[in-house]
Order: sequence, then C-alpha cells, then structure tokens
Amino acid sequence: MKRASCFACASVLGLLLAACGREHPASAPSSATPPAAAPAPAGQAAVADNESQKDIVKVAVGSAAHSTLVTAVQAAGLVDVLANTGPFTVFAPTNDAFKKLPVGTVESLLKPAGRETLRDILQYHVAVAVYRPEMLKDGMTLNMANGDNVKISVKDGKITLNGVATVVGTVPAANGIVHVVDGVLTPPGAR
Amino acid sequence: MNTRTYVLLPAALAFSGAAFFSGCKPKQVVVAPVQSGVAEKVYVAPGKHDEFYNIVSGGFSGGVAVYGLPSGRLFRQIPVFSQHPESGYGYTEETKALLNTSYGPQFWDDQHHTSLSTTKGEHDGRWIFANANNTPRIARISLQTFRTEEIIEIPNSSGNHSSPFVTENTEYTVAGTRFAYPLDDEGSSPDVPINTYKENFKSTVSFVAVDPQHGRMNVAFQVLLPGVDIDLARAGKLKSHGWVFFSCYNSELAHTLLEVNASQKDKDFIVAINWKKAEEYVKAGQGRKSRTKYCHNVLDEGTHTATSTVKEEVIVLDAAKLPGIAYLMPCPKSPHGCDTDPTGSYIVGSGKLAALIPVFSFDKMLAAIEKKDHEGEFMGLPVLKYESVLHGEVKKPGLGPLHTEFDGKGFAYTSFFVTSEIVKWNIQTLQVVDRQPTFYSVGHLTVPGGPTTKPHGKYAIAYNKITKDRYLPTGPELTQSAQLYDISGEKMKLLLDFPTVGEPHYAEAIPAALVAPKSKKFYKIEDNRHPYVTKSEKDARVVREGNVVRVYMTAIRSHVAPDNIEGVKLGDTVYFHVTNLEQDWDVPHGFAIKGLGAELLIMPGETATLKYVPTRVGIAPFYCTDFCSALHQEMQGYLRVSPANSRVPLTFGLGDTAK
Repeated sequence: MKRASCFACASVLGLLLAACGREHPASAPSSATPPAAAPAPAGQAAVADNESQKDIVKVAVGSAAHSTLVTAVQAAGLVDVLANTGPFTVFAPTNDAFKKLPVGTVESLLKPAGRETLRDILQYHVAVAVYRPEMLKDGMTLNMANGDNVKISVKDGKITLNGVATVVGTVPAANGIVHVVDGVLTPPGAR
Repeated sequence: MNTRTYVLLPAALAFSGAAFFSGCKPKQVVVAPVQSGVAEKVYVAPGKHDEFYNIVSGGFSGGVAVYGLPSGRLFRQIPVFSQHPESGYGYTEETKALLNTSYGPQFWDDQHHTSLSTTKGEHDGRWIFANANNTPRIARISLQTFRTEEIIEIPNSSGNHSSPFVTENTEYTVAGTRFAYPLDDEGSSPDVPINTYKENFKSTVSFVAVDPQHGRMNVAFQVLLPGVDIDLARAGKLKSHGWVFFSCYNSELAHTLLEVNASQKDKDFIVAINWKKAEEYVKAGQGRKSRTKYCHNVLDEGTHTATSTVKEEVIVLDAAKLPGIAYLMPCPKSPHGCDTDPTGSYIVGSGKLAALIPVFSFDKMLAAIEKKDHEGEFMGLPVLKYESVLHGEVKKPGLGPLHTEFDGKGFAYTSFFVTSEIVKWNIQTLQVVDRQPTFYSVGHLTVPGGPTTKPHGKYAIAYNKITKDRYLPTGPELTQSAQLYDISGEKMKLLLDFPTVGEPHYAEAIPAALVAPKSKKFYKIEDNRHPYVTKSEKDARVVREGNVVRVYMTAIRSHVAPDNIEGVKLGDTVYFHVTNLEQDWDVPHGFAIKGLGAELLIMPGETATLKYVPTRVGIAPFYCTDFCSALHQEMQGYLRVSPANSRVPLTFGLGDTAK
C-alpha cells in the first residue's frame, strides 16, 4: 500500500559485511591459550545458514536505514539474543529516528559506560511475543523485555508507541516480527 | 490478516548465496571456550562406569532415557507412554494393558518431567515417576528393572504438565491441569461453548498417594481450582514439608491466542497447597465424591503381565469453599518454573516474560497467612500481598527465566531461554555471581540431586531446545543437544555437548552408587508365575482351544521349542507364549514370524506373548531376533498355515529328521 517501505534500501547488499559464520572448531584456541584470553563463544547469530528465512538480526543488518540500531545492538551484546528462538516483536528505530535524539546521546550510549542504559533502552523496544500489526489495538499495553510497559495508540490506521514513535513499516522475520518506527522509545528508568 | 500493513521485504533484501551479514560478532569467534583439562573431566575409560545416572524425560517420544554422567553416554530408552519397537513394549500381550486409558489404548504420548523417589527429601534410588502431558497420567518406573511398572490416569484433568513431582517422603506424586476445561465428572457439563471459559472451565491439582512398600499409586484427592493454567510444581521440604507449590499462568482466563491474551496481567500466581490441611478435610469427609472413569494399570513382576482396571470415583476438594488449602502468591509475568531450595525456605518463581526472578520466603508466607495479609481475592481464593511474601528479587538476571536448580552450597542455577544462558546466583544475597551461555536456547536444567534436600552438586546439565549447527547435520530433523557444565568451582565451565533422544524436558541425576548395586540381572525362572509360562523344554507344546492356538514355546541357546508346527489354519488366532529359559545376565532372546509387524524381546526368565493371525496359506518361518550366540542364525523354525477347511492335524516338534 501507500505507506512507503522504509526498507527501500534496495542496494544494501553491497553494504553487507563479510561473513561472520562460525569458524571451524580446529581454529579454536589451543589449550595453551589462557582461559581469560578466550573470546566469548559465539551464539546462534554465528550459525552459518543463508538458506533459512532471516532472523531479526539479519533483517536489521540487511537494512541500510538501521545501521545505527545494528551498531547499538552489537554494543549492547544483544546480537545473539535477537538471533535466538524468540518469538520477538522488535520496534526498530531508523537511523533518522536516532538522529532525533539530543546530540551526543547515541555516542555516549555506545561507550562501555553507557552499556547498561543502552541495553535497557534496546530491550524496551523488544516484546517476547509476535504482535502482528492488526493485533496492536488502541489503548493496549505491551510489556517489554526490560520489564517496562509501552502504551499503544492507533489512529487512522497509524500505530504509535508512547505517543513518540510511529510504525512506518513491518517486516516478518524467522523468529518474530520487526516494526520499523520513526522514533526512539525512552524507558521510564532512563527518562 | 490485514496484509495492507505489511511492507514486505524488498527482494533486494533477500540474501544472495555468498552474501552474509557480519558486524554481528567480533571477528574472532570460537565454538566453545576450550580449556585444558576439560577432556579428562568427561572421559570415562573403556570398561569404567559413570558417576551418575542421568534420568531424562523423552518429551514427544513418550519415554524416558538414561545416560551416564559425565560421559553423556546413552544407556537405555525406557518406554513409558509410547509403544517401543526395541523391547516390544506396547506390542506384547503382557504390556498392552499399560497403555490403556479411559479413551482407549494410547500408543504415543508426550512425556515431560521425571521425579525420583525421595526419603526425608533425599534420593532413595527406588523409583522414577514420569508424567504424560497429553492424556493425563503418571507412571512409576522401577530403578531395579528400569521398566514401567505402573501407570495411573489422572481424572478431571487435561495437559498434565505440573507433574509428577514428589513430596519429601514420596507420600505423593502430584498432577495438575495445564489446560483448564469443563471437567468430565458427573457434576460437570462438558458440552459447552468455548467462550464460556470463565464460567465453565476449571483446573485441578491431584495428589496421587504412593504406597511406601510397593509403590502402588492411588489418586488420593484432587483440589478444585479456578481455570488458570497450572504449569509446574515443586513440593516443600523440611520446614515447608506438607506444602506443594504450583505455578500458573493465564490468570486472564483467556481461551484463544494465549500468546497475547495470557500475557496481559503484570502478575499471575504461585498456588501454595497445604496438603496436610487437605488430608484433614478428606478425613472429615468434606470432599465431594466425583464420579468419573480412569484407568489404573499395573505390571505384576511375577506374571510379567500388566492388568488394567477402571476406577470410577475420586475425592474432590473445592479450594474456594474449604479454607486453608490454597493460597495465591502473586508472581510476575506468566511464571513457569517454581522451585524450592534445599532448605525448604525459599520458593523461586520464574516468570518466563519477567525481567527479574522473585524469590518467595516460606516463613513470610506463613506469617502473611496468619495475619491474613491479603491484597484481595481471585475467584474465591485469598491472594497474599506480594511484598509480604517476598524474600527478594534477583534484578536483571537475564531474559526468559524458566527453571532453577540448587547445589546445596547456597547457590541457585536458573536457565534463561530467551538469552540462552545459565545464571548462577546467591540465594541469600540475590546477587548474580556467574553466567554461561548455552548452545542454544536452554529449557530445563539439572543439577544432580538439585531438587532434594541434599544436592550432590558437581555438574549442571542444560537441555537445549535448539541444536542447529552443534553436530554434523542430519537433514531437517536434528538430535537434541544437552550440555554438561562443571559447577564445582566459583565459575561454571562448559565441559561437553552430548546428543539426546527427543525431546528432553526435565531430568534428574542420581549417584550410580544408589542405583547400580540393586540393578536386576535376570528374572528367576522359579519365580515366573505367568499363566502361560513353559519352565522346561519338555513342557513345550501347542494347544488348540477352538480357533485359538497357544504355542507354549521355550528359547535357550540356540533353538526354540517347538520349532516345527503344523495344523494351524486360516481363521485361527495364534499366541506365541515364549519363555526365555536362560538364567544368565544379558542373554535376551527375540522372536519374530514372517508377515507380522511386531516382535518380542524376552529377558532371561521372562515370558512374553506375541499375537499372530495368519493371513495366507503357506510356511511362515520364525526366528530369534536378538543375536544370542554363535549359532544364533540357526535359532529358527517353521509354522505351516493350512486352509480353513484343511484336516492337517495339530503337530509340533523339535529335532525330528526330515523325511
């Protein structure tokens, strides 16, 4: 329909980075490597599988309009979580949505000191359930992964969260659904 | 579905072959943190034994599987609620009755949890209890024979998920209704519109008494509850002995799209049941005698034969009308696991959608009950104040807490499905002290002795729901993935992946020393009281009873007797009652006859029966299917099937020379 796809990011493939599939076990550090130096083991995000339907992480990575979100998800250590079974509903703010935040906000969240706040914010954009657009009703409350609630309003077919972020597109994923939003939600604890 | 709102993925987003995302991980990734000395920790040298038995539920396979720890080696699949071709379970005339239900025979069910018998809260190595989730039942399995000895159907219930957890001295094994429904006893009206859920749908929790001597089960009483979905359970112990705690979700009383509709409230409940109080009401005759039908199936070890009886009555106590049986403790966001710590002081609720873990205090619960510290009522049941019963909350432990086990050293281990990890935390301080990822999406976890008053500790085992690339691929259907962690130190260490048969839910682990010495080696032939036993080869014979032909057959290395049988006609029903005369450890014999899709596997000293209805005239060869000796291939014979009107006399023999 008329609502333009924010995923008209047709040529993003070129932007996709190199494969990060699991390395062969043989390449794991030898027993001589001190345990402390071993990198974190890879989770489901590193499963080499480009045949199955894309999970939420792959959907986000495939969208040029979500590079800020992808960077944030990496910095918060939530990549594997969002590649897990779910099911998830992710409200995915676009790069433009992040630009609406006060200058310097994103940069400070991406620093190690901002990690907990960043996790809280990102988990405030995730619900553990699949809410298709028609299931989001005016006045509904969604409990988000960080424990806080989001208020839904629906007017003239437009779905808005907490009055600040409107759904501008929807992409189904293997482990849930992604609603693209034009604003970033701020959890109560971070306000 | 309103497809208008979908902006479908532009084609360009579809990944072409080589294109694969990255930036998802630091470049340097490893399969697992391989550390030195790990292999030695799980290596059990050839001929040596494991330290623990791991008794693992079989999920949709309907049985229970037995592994060794730390090796992860599979020893045995114990058939329970499903037919099992390996042993003839559910195929032989002796075992068919075990699968009887009031719905008729059920050849496949869904087995979720195991519970090992305890005395004074500690493993006693006697029995495994196992639940059937679909057609509600509880089974008792002997830890001497590793065979299912008894199955009792749970009346007035459906979706028996919160089961079969035992009380401190195995006084009871419990059951509960995951799918509330209009009960099917005589006081219920089963044929109602689904949208009258709130009015007509109910749940029950059942207390199945276990005889301390021989283990026989009996549904002692049921407690009637509102139509919430009872999910899991754990008995109190020591100070909380006399109580059982059941988690529940869907206090919204939704009957459709529970994915959304049962997640509306901030809190559901843990239902605390005072079963000693319930016993008093039963004694005082305050229970309603509910008329309903359910099956009770028992295997007699002497006759090697199961019998099924139909029971018609059960006592139901209405928790809303009989005060003091049930109290509700509010628990955040659709609690799943509900686990009591080894001291019996704390009850850990795991709201699977919650961002914290509430830990309830038994002492505070008692105090709140005493003071009537209620925040309200739910369908006639008192709801205790959350703050009043709370020991504290584990903050930000992970996402999707499911189950908690204990090491007896003051620590709890909780599995997190959404974040795919095991998190270790201190029960007193509620501080997270360690977390380790699982591969992938852990469901249940086990610490040996974890649910008892004296955990054996040492290991934690994660039973993962997703396997994906952990093993060599085997097409769309993959093995299930379990993982063994060393928990003897401050930090958990991943030691081993081991595949399991589908699909493990809860499991327990018990020291081999409590089980192995009592393991039975064979059945004594002199104790065999099977009505069709043949105790010596000279008694082997064939007897016609009208259209029924009974073959009293013996098997011993390396022949069956008789091995030539004539005089069977189309229209006859033939029963092969095969007795294995061996009295030696690990010498089973098998039996199969051409044209019949079932077999026997007969342990030494045992009698098993195969029913055979010939479908064509001719010679049907039969033989031993279990490689028993150097002349196993010679262990064979012939049955001649003649036309219905033939006059071939009934003859049988062994060792006659061909004409």
